[in-house]
Amino acid sequence: MGIRFILMVNKQGQTRLAQYYEWLTLEERRALEGEIVRKCLARNEQQCSFVEHRNYKIVYRRYASLFFLVGVDNDENELAILEFIHLLVETMDRHFGNVCELDIMFHLEKAHFMLEEMVMNGSIVETSKANILSPIQLMDKAS
Amino acid sequence: MSGPSLMDSLFQRTLEDLIKGLRQQLIGEQAFISKALEEIRKEIKSTDLSTKSTALLKLCYLSNLHFHDMSFAAFHALEVLSSPRFSHKKIGYHAISLSFHDSTPVLLLITNHLRKDLTSTNEFEVSLSLQCLSRIANADLARDLTPEVFTLLSSNKLYVRKRAVAVVLRVFEKYPDSVRVCFKRLVENLENYDPQILSAVVGVFSELACKDPRSYLPLAPEFYKILVDSKSNWISIKVLKIFAKLAPLEPRLANRVVEPICDLMRKTGAKSLLFECVRTVVTSFSEYESAVRLAVEKIREFLVDEDPNLKYLGLHALSIVASKHLWVVSENKEVVIKSLSDPDPNIKIESLRLVMAMVSEHNVAEISKILVNYALKSDPLFCNEILGSILSTCSRNVYEIIVDFDWYVSLLGEMSRIPHCQMGEEIENQFIDIGLRVKDVRPELVRVARDLLIDPALLGNSFLHRVLSAAAWVSGEYVEFSRNPLEFMEALLQPRTSLLPPSIMAIYIQSAFKVLVFCLHTCFVRGGSTAGVSASASYESFDDLSVENGADSTVAHGQTCTSAPITNESIVNLLKLVELALSPLLGSHDVEVQERARNLLGFVDLIKLEALNSSGQEENDSERKGVEATKIIRLVHDAFSKELGPVSLTAQGKVPVPDGLTLNENLGDLETICGDIELPSSNTFSFGYPSEEKDVSSFSNLQIKEDSGQSNESTSLLAEHRKRHGLYYLPSGKSEVISNDYPPANDPALLGDNNDNASDLVKLTAESLVPKRKPNHSKPRPVVVKLDEVDEKPVAVKQLESRDDSLSGAVRDILFGSEDILPTSSRSNLPNSNRKGKKKQHMITQVESKENVVDDGNSSSRRRKDHSHGKERRHRKKNAEERNETDRKEKESSSNHPRRHKSRQRAEEPLKVPPQTSVIPDFLL
Repeated sequence: MGIRFILMVNKQGQTRLAQYYEWLTLEERRALEGEIVRKCLARNEQQCSFVEHRNYKIVYRRYASLFFLVGVDNDENELAILEFIHLLVETMDRHFGNVCELDIMFHLEKAHFMLEEMVMNGSIVETSKANILSPIQLMDKAS
Repeated sequence: MSGPSLMDSLFQRTLEDLIKGLRQQLIGEQAFISKALEEIRKEIKSTDLSTKSTALLKLCYLSNLHFHDMSFAAFHALEVLSSPRFSHKKIGYHAISLSFHDSTPVLLLITNHLRKDLTSTNEFEVSLSLQCLSRIANADLARDLTPEVFTLLSSNKLYVRKRAVAVVLRVFEKYPDSVRVCFKRLVENLENYDPQILSAVVGVFSELACKDPRSYLPLAPEFYKILVDSKSNWISIKVLKIFAKLAPLEPRLANRVVEPICDLMRKTGAKSLLFECVRTVVTSFSEYESAVRLAVEKIREFLVDEDPNLKYLGLHALSIVASKHLWVVSENKEVVIKSLSDPDPNIKIESLRLVMAMVSEHNVAEISKILVNYALKSDPLFCNEILGSILSTCSRNVYEIIVDFDWYVSLLGEMSRIPHCQMGEEIENQFIDIGLRVKDVRPELVRVARDLLIDPALLGNSFLHRVLSAAAWVSGEYVEFSRNPLEFMEALLQPRTSLLPPSIMAIYIQSAFKVLVFCLHTCFVRGGSTAGVSASASYESFDDLSVENGADSTVAHGQTCTSAPITNESIVNLLKLVELALSPLLGSHDVEVQERARNLLGFVDLIKLEALNSSGQEENDSERKGVEATKIIRLVHDAFSKELGPVSLTAQGKVPVPDGLTLNENLGDLETICGDIELPSSNTFSFGYPSEEKDVSSFSNLQIKEDSGQSNESTSLLAEHRKRHGLYYLPSGKSEVISNDYPPANDPALLGDNNDNASDLVKLTAESLVPKRKPNHSKPRPVVVKLDEVDEKPVAVKQLESRDDSLSGAVRDILFGSEDILPTSSRSNLPNSNRKGKKKQHMITQVESKENVVDDGNSSSRRRKDHSHGKERRHRKKNAEERNETDRKEKESSSNHPRRHKSRQRAEEPLKVPPQTSVIPDFLL
């Protein structure tokens, strides 16, 4: 299914957003996030952005204090996922204006909504910033 | 009624309040959250929908980020869904897609809500419900909502159609029959030129093709068009993924596609697309020499790039190529070996895999040497990664690549002395395995075991205990190859063995028993006077060996000891040593240790009584007794000298059950009799290592004297040991102080010559990679005992798993499972869509069988004939395909061949079956 999950985690290892494309129980999620955070946050800037974990791969990228981690199948294109993360950040940047951790915390639902615009069923469906944001802006206006 | 609800909504905390409160943490996070949850539980029961939805939103937040269960709110989420206000609905859908799963009980109730929203005129409502469906659809939902999804597939609102396309994947997966309805529209969307739609459709097909590529071969022309025309890298990457799956199935398609892919590789500026091209070529087009060369060129660019990401991916791509084109790896070996010292552990592991791929019979010694040097210098984690891969590569296929076992055994010894080594268990297994399988290596094995056993520092490292247990076992089992058995005795009984866990302690004692019996046997049975000669003779025979192995100080040390022959006097000392060392163990809490210590001491007492008392005085008496002692010794020696051979895993199964024995008789009666007898809990016993199982029952009648003094003489023993083997202890000055601290087993600083830098290593491997016979390989490879089928199989399977590990694991299930779920290409009752025809026919058969049509096989095939009557060409094709299909299924079920092979077989099938080649539709535009 391509993408299995998308996590945003801050420097302290606290999850700020979690989106799963397969059903996991809370306990499984807690264990998974713990393992991944331990593995990825220990790495430095000089190291590559791909980590093998269980039977899939994690592609991650750090923006300021926030880590974006995407769990993907092994045959997914790692560089494309990096581009996807960048696109996500740019999109949020455009919407929130210089996005920061607090924006995501206080607008978690909106962040989820953006992700839903971009990814369905674990595959990327939309890659144009304008297309992603237009329904969100419309809804903002409506409510 | 409305009073409390109004109060609730007026004073309700919003999500923002909740988050702010959490951040302030006035009363601690857990306390705050449980208070908030309490409020939420109250608020969520409110009749006011906005109170309810706010509560739900807060709950989502806590569930998503703080792992709090929100399943109790499932029904409330449904209630919110029915709100006329869009903002409520949005929250409801959000909550549902986060928390619902297949076993959520209220899932049944959502169908109507979804249907209503799917048919709504508000495109955002439609989109919300589609999104939700893509997350929670189960078989029932997928079945009930298929018509709505079908309608939306041709919606004129792009925003909706895009999402409908994406949702189809989940619907197909959960309810395969929907393929009949939706597939045609899905394919129509493939011809759409809107990039939004195309991106979604291609995404769906790349997932579908992953699971069962053969079914989508007929769509190749459409994919080809997209590949050539696409301007979006996202879409190109997906299409490449599809072709990577399709190309191996149909050589003509591969012929056609390889050029455009190479073009794309040359032209594109995007690294992601470039990498996808490279990966596609190396996985699925590896027979196309020029394409592979181009890909390798690009890989090289990746490898030398500064960006660690590209470097990693370059190495990764190399490891894919390695299986088919090893030359590519050796061409890039400098980079690969340099990457072994990269700061990134992931890159190091990837390059280690590549180095191991280069290992062959000719260079295994050199590469192992380099790697062991690397292991000495690297951090514990990577060190063990290296050791592990050396061990597994060398032992592959029953030590296939090892020619010089003497070298390998000493390498094992060397590896276990590496400070970070944690591979004790694997080394232990290989020591014993090689000992059993390779006769010729035993003298060297004994030498290595001696060096390990005699070093008191090693006993302090708990990771090495397993290795030591193997060494102890080797020393006992093959003591006849030893130059100086007395030395073994001292090593096995040295005071620091008290640091060993009891199970290994027991092995030590048992091995000491064997060594003792051997000494006594040489001394008394072969005759006291000749014993010394025989011992030194056996020493001489191995003299050349020790010289060849660059005998270091340990051997020199051994020499001084060996020169002492086994005399009566040394035997007396030996027996004293045994008594001294083992008497404290008579009180051991471990059953196994105690038992074995008693056995050995009993034996010693017996020998002492019978033989040694007599040594001086009464000649006649001593001779008589001596004869009895000799008898005992010979008996025990015979019991021990029977050789253990490797035993096949299935050996037990091959033993026929004797006639009188009923294995399956009901033991229930026994239970009623013994019901009230309390069985001792089994874990109070500790058993020795299984390979150590020896029949000791023959000594059970030996008397054990209880008078052995439990004197605490271990300190004096330690001092004595230290005097004798001063070499292994700290230098003098400290020697008076009795401490338990030893220098680390293998201090890298002491090892000197491992500071060679990467360039030297590159040179070394460069040399070692040149396939040439080393002069010291002139020695013929010793015989390695193999237990045919049994040995081969597990090894082969293991190798396979490690090769295409995780990738196939997931895919294979789906692949086998999806045969029925996702019907293959088809013949249809829609007259003009001959490409999905067969798929639909397949569905029809399924439906019919569900409806219990009698004799469904016949009826459906009859109907199929009716349909295809007059369409000769298609009919023939279908039959051929079906034959193919059953063929394949048979193969799948009958053999557990690697998937790689299977796909190759499949790819070859069209060539093997002549009638089929004619009926394959012309994909080639």
